[in-house]
Amino acid sequence: MNRHANQQVVTIDGNEAAAYIAYRVNEICAIYPITPSSTMGELADQWATEGQENIWGHVPLVVEMQSEGGAAGAVHGALQTGALSTTFTASQGLLLMIPNMYKIAGELTPAVWHVAARSLACQGLSIFGDHSDVMAVRSTGFVMLCSSSPQEAHDLALIAQASTLEARLPFIHFFDGFRTSHEINKVTLLAGTEIRAMISDELVHRHRARGLSPDRPVIRGTAQNPDVYFQARETVNSFYANTPHIVQSQMDRFAELTGRRYRLFDYYGHPQPERVLMLMGSGAETVRETVAFLQTQGEAVGLLQVHLFRPFSATHFIEALPPTTKSIAILDRTKEPGAPGEPLYGDVVTTLAEALSEGRLTTHGMPRLIGGRYGLSSKEFTPAMVKAVFDELKKPQPKNHFTIGIDDDVTHTSLDYDANFIIEPDNVVRAMFFGLGADGTVGANKNSIKIIGEETDFYAQGFFVYDSKKSGSQTISHLRFGPEPIRSTYLIQSANFIGCHQFDFLEKSDPLKSAAPGAILLLNSPEGPNDVWDKLPRRVQEVIVEKGLKLYSIDAYKVAREAGMGRRINTIMQTCFFAISGVLPRDEAIKKIKGAIEKTYRNKGPDIVRKNFAAVDRTLSHLWEVEVPKVASSTREIPPPVPATAPEFVRQVTAMMMAGRGDELPVSALPADGTYPTGTTAWEKRNISQFVPVWESEICIQCGNCSLVCPHSVIRSKLFHESQLEAAPAAFRSAPLSGRGFPETRYTLQVYVEDCTGCGLCVEVCPAKSKEQSGMKAINMRLKAPILQDEKRNIDFFQTIPENNRGRIDFGTVRGVQYLQPLFEFSGACAGCGETPYLKLLSQLFGDRLTIANATGCSSIYGGNLPTTPWSANADGRGPAWANSLFEDNAEFGLGFRLSADTHRAMAEKRLLELSPQLGAELVEELLNARQDEESEIQEQRARIDALRPRLEALNTEASKEILTVIEHLVRRSIWIIGGDGWAYDIGYGGLDHVLSLGRNVNILVLDTEVYSNTGGQVSKATPLGAVAKFAAGGKPVGKKDLALQMIAYGNVYVARVAMGANPQQTLLAFREAERYPGTSLILAYSHCIAHGINMQYGMHQQKLAVESGHWPLIRYNPELRTAGKNPFLLDSHRPTIRLKDYAYNEIRYRMLVNANPKEADRLIHLAQQNVELKWRLYEEMATRSGPEFPPVDTH
Amino acid sequence: MVDLSTTYMGMHLKHPIIASASPLSEQPGNIKRMEDAGASAVVMFSLFEEQIKQEAAALEHFMSVGTESYAEALSYFPSSEEFHAGPDRYLEILYQASQSVDIPIIASLNGITNEGWIEYAKKMEEAGAKGIELNIYYIPGDLNVSGREVEQRYLDITRAVKASVSIPVALKLSAYFSSLGSMAKQFDDAGADGLVLFNRFYQPDFDIETMEVEPSLNLSSRNQIRIRLLWIALLHGRIKASIAASTGVHTHMEVIKYLMAGADAVMTTSALLRNGIGYLTTLFDGLHGWLQERGYESVGQMKGSMSQKNVADPTAFERANYIKILERYKTPYTT
Repeated sequence: MNRHANQQVVTIDGNEAAAYIAYRVNEICAIYPITPSSTMGELADQWATEGQENIWGHVPLVVEMQSEGGAAGAVHGALQTGALSTTFTASQGLLLMIPNMYKIAGELTPAVWHVAARSLACQGLSIFGDHSDVMAVRSTGFVMLCSSSPQEAHDLALIAQASTLEARLPFIHFFDGFRTSHEINKVTLLAGTEIRAMISDELVHRHRARGLSPDRPVIRGTAQNPDVYFQARETVNSFYANTPHIVQSQMDRFAELTGRRYRLFDYYGHPQPERVLMLMGSGAETVRETVAFLQTQGEAVGLLQVHLFRPFSATHFIEALPPTTKSIAILDRTKEPGAPGEPLYGDVVTTLAEALSEGRLTTHGMPRLIGGRYGLSSKEFTPAMVKAVFDELKKPQPKNHFTIGIDDDVTHTSLDYDANFIIEPDNVVRAMFFGLGADGTVGANKNSIKIIGEETDFYAQGFFVYDSKKSGSQTISHLRFGPEPIRSTYLIQSANFIGCHQFDFLEKSDPLKSAAPGAILLLNSPEGPNDVWDKLPRRVQEVIVEKGLKLYSIDAYKVAREAGMGRRINTIMQTCFFAISGVLPRDEAIKKIKGAIEKTYRNKGPDIVRKNFAAVDRTLSHLWEVEVPKVASSTREIPPPVPATAPEFVRQVTAMMMAGRGDELPVSALPADGTYPTGTTAWEKRNISQFVPVWESEICIQCGNCSLVCPHSVIRSKLFHESQLEAAPAAFRSAPLSGRGFPETRYTLQVYVEDCTGCGLCVEVCPAKSKEQSGMKAINMRLKAPILQDEKRNIDFFQTIPENNRGRIDFGTVRGVQYLQPLFEFSGACAGCGETPYLKLLSQLFGDRLTIANATGCSSIYGGNLPTTPWSANADGRGPAWANSLFEDNAEFGLGFRLSADTHRAMAEKRLLELSPQLGAELVEELLNARQDEESEIQEQRARIDALRPRLEALNTEASKEILTVIEHLVRRSIWIIGGDGWAYDIGYGGLDHVLSLGRNVNILVLDTEVYSNTGGQVSKATPLGAVAKFAAGGKPVGKKDLALQMIAYGNVYVARVAMGANPQQTLLAFREAERYPGTSLILAYSHCIAHGINMQYGMHQQKLAVESGHWPLIRYNPELRTAGKNPFLLDSHRPTIRLKDYAYNEIRYRMLVNANPKEADRLIHLAQQNVELKWRLYEEMATRSGPEFPPVDTH
Repeated sequence: MVDLSTTYMGMHLKHPIIASASPLSEQPGNIKRMEDAGASAVVMFSLFEEQIKQEAAALEHFMSVGTESYAEALSYFPSSEEFHAGPDRYLEILYQASQSVDIPIIASLNGITNEGWIEYAKKMEEAGAKGIELNIYYIPGDLNVSGREVEQRYLDITRAVKASVSIPVALKLSAYFSSLGSMAKQFDDAGADGLVLFNRFYQPDFDIETMEVEPSLNLSSRNQIRIRLLWIALLHGRIKASIAASTGVHTHMEVIKYLMAGADAVMTTSALLRNGIGYLTTLFDGLHGWLQERGYESVGQMKGSMSQKNVADPTAFERANYIKILERYKTPYTT
């Protein structure tokens, strides 16, 4: 190890490594959150909040903007006025910056932007890593510098900053999203003096002097004509020509200062290689590791790692390419459909072809070149794949334009590879931990990495695989510890330690898949050491025996309970790991674990530290080694992920993804255009909650409240004739229908217990109570295990009972709505989600004629993240059709739906009128003019269409055929544009505003959580005054934007503000009015959220308090009332009855400021209270106006 | 001019009326207002160890719930060392108040564990408290816990806190001891500098509509002074610790009664909550006027004048009012 004195070694991830430098060498950061780059902006904000200074002794300004476009604009402005400015982004965010990027580069402006490179949304969105985003901006003129590890992300961030000042060209410094941005590795931090030495103040001053100033006025951003634009565009050439030399010289300076040497093209491997692999990014680390291994096998192979991609320096490349090279495989982590090859391949081919033609080639003849794609969307890139590429180069006719890592059985691009080629070194501890999301496993593992990486000479690496579900999710931690730097940028393939922190993971996933022979399996099991073996499924026993695993067990939940830790088992399992693995001497490990606990929790209170200590101390006496028999004895088989009755696609494709085997799916298994069947969550019985609601039919008053609020649609009601009970299973419950006149009608409330997340919202809203037992309601949470089998039979029977006739259901009451089948079910949203009850309601009311445009965000994730999706269809095959375009364009996207519908409806009308004589004038007249407000009227219209269809088919003319293609539009289509406040208030606001101004019949539903929930709690313009959020750590100083009032100003927009927990009837009314209103409607729906820091079980109660405090007044603005001469503004809630703080201080987002800064908390809550009162007076005044005091509505 | 001064736990007070622990002192400005209105000392609102622990646990829970689980949102709140739960806010108010007023401030502590009692008491001393009032509120719901064990718990807490701080320590007690006198003596021996008689702990009520248990605490009423009068009168002069009367002080009349029973200081909360901080002046003026009218020279003169020690028939306190009341119950009109 080449360590200079006083070097600080830390274990951090790539994001922190890059942001650490960016923060210190900039004055202004303008950002917008986007995965996986969000952490960089958040860290910058945190450091600024803490008052940390940059190298000039100033605290940089950190500003969150409304979109990446806005961030780029702000950075551009800051740069133009002489400041040093940066931003952090990824994926679509980077695309939104493109217009500014051309400008910034064209104006020769020094800046470094840091990108955690991520896939672009094409056939589907992906948050994971590849180079699609950065490759999409390669024509902007930005210099592109790539890092492959957290250490490189740290070092090259500084080299980029030093270079940009000298080169006057802006830089994209990028590294792989997740694989590098989120990988924790041992990083030698650059000292302040080293950073200082790399940055020339003179160059900074020159940049500042170029800034716009009225003291030396110039004009930039002129409009140029054909006479000069072209020549002016060519003025920058010398800057691009000089840049590679500048970057290399800065790399050389950096090496002198730090001992860490980089080159534009770094070669590793055999000194006289024949076969060379070229690539950039984290994959280079794996190639380097594999090359080293293959060399020991006598193979003449090498890696040419690209750091500076653009400007592509032909000189440096040819210099770096060993002359013995006979063939090169160029790997790109992106796809450019239709291009002759991917970008790096293209640059290499061009460069070598030019060198050949110009006689500058240093190799013996033109090397054989092949290009391939790998690693899209964080697809694993392993030594086996590297070897396969090298092997391909050996072939006389190697495959060009190949793919590696997938099975392309359609166009046969893929190379085969031997998955058993595993080269994980024996001197590395390779540990995998399977934890329950948010159970602290990841946090404890991060502590373990710190302990080993920062307090010993070992190198350490940590990578964490998360779930796409927000509730009941699984995390897999991959930890490596060893004596050499760890370059394995792929998931552990051969683990010698496996911690399975949930017993049922053994059935739900396959934690032993990567177990090395003789590995240790640590199992958290409620069973004692003598019984645990017998409880294991047969397959698990077999693997344990076959691989000769050592089995340890602990009842960690028991230890946690006894230590007062509730269900937090993280430190217990961590202690077990250290005790068994022997990474450190046991006593030393325990001392260090306690040290880490102290550090992590000291400001959370001494009690929390004490409890964790107690847990550590109790652990070892509860840890047992289990004697493993020689043969498997269990008769328990692991059930298949989906039943045999599931549709073929679900069995063949969805089930594979559910089982964690999606990597094995070939290209042919997947839809070519991103179109997937809906309703797949129904097949995924996740069984994530131990407690589920149980119905007490005797106490129940059949009000429907529980069913209404259930975020996961697991509580269903049906009415049926008592005769149907004859076939019912013994445990099936029903009650006489409450209400007179239906003596033979039974009522059943069925809980889909396997789909329940155990949130408890239903219990909280249940108004019916036992007269015998305090606290007992008509629905109560009970242990699931004892009732599971009965309930499965009950559900099967319940599903055979026909859905109630929608035409006979009262849509106007909560009691009635419970009988409407939800067509949004069992989503992966957080337990107790405040958004999903609204979506379920929407699907119940209008689901069979519903089209949804869904903005990116929580609702697009739980609504559309594979493997399973919750939007479903009814028995007729009708249900919501759903699509997500982007984050920023959702209103416009949904408007497009309306324009299609209107066009096609008009087309149908025109042709129907033309064909009226043949089709029957009366039928046509009815079809075109029928009222379609009530469900019964919709049903009548469907019947008319059914009558029309055969007549059209019989006619068999061009016109009749045309009508058949658009006939469905004769049923009034319900078009909804759905998204969160981040979309509606911020990034999509311009589009939303425009769509609202057009008056077209679309309905916009804003699920307002008052914060960016999906990206982890960043402040939005919907965040209320005084609430703490990321980028508002001191409490948001300005009030929430009143979107309702803004849109009411149009006069012709139906606007409602609803909160289901406060007044479900008003919510229902607003949804129905909005849907019927023939113009544009906007509903703002209060959605309690995990990011509020509340017990989600009381989410609906908190909604009620939001309304009672006046924070969220319930309103409806109905332009139809104005047309009728009445006051269109209806205030549906009462004057505030409680103080704002009686609502707000139930939430951590407000409370956290009370301790951190009580004075400011007092000031802000006081201001917020004043705002509430002012706003209320305004609303009251509006509610008492006469109709003509509001703008007239043009109903034309 | 009547000498109204008194000594409470070794602290010289300009008169006996102390503003007792209440939510009023949660606002730092109010403590200054209390001094301006004439309070001779202020007992701060209670620091509840349990509440701090709960808040810390809640903060930790809510800041970690849902984190490190879903790749796009690995956390939901800004991370900063500043976000914590702890006694800091209490100590800050205490410190600010102690800097801004001349009267002594007594910090009030409601603990549940040995660590809590000692840790927070020390911090209160450091933050400028001139005395500590331990509000021991313990309901032995465990049917296996004996009275003796409960008593021992109280004594252990007293000794532990006394050993850890150098400022005087008072105990605010409930009346529910089998032998309060003996307990008072034992507290005395354990080093208690004052006894505050008595607290009014939160007794739950039932909501018969919702069938739920509701915590409730109503403002005190004047007739609640009687049991206190009884015990102050019984203890006055027989223990070393100072005695403060608490509860039921609504006019200067109750102040006078308590003083006559033998209280060294008289605490009031409900009257201030009901009438505002300025009411302290009314109480003071009432006391002063009453003493002046009747020619008292000092409070000391009247202190304990009706205690068991000084009443002609001390047994009146022991068989006590019980018999008297029964006797009075027999009206002359009944046979």
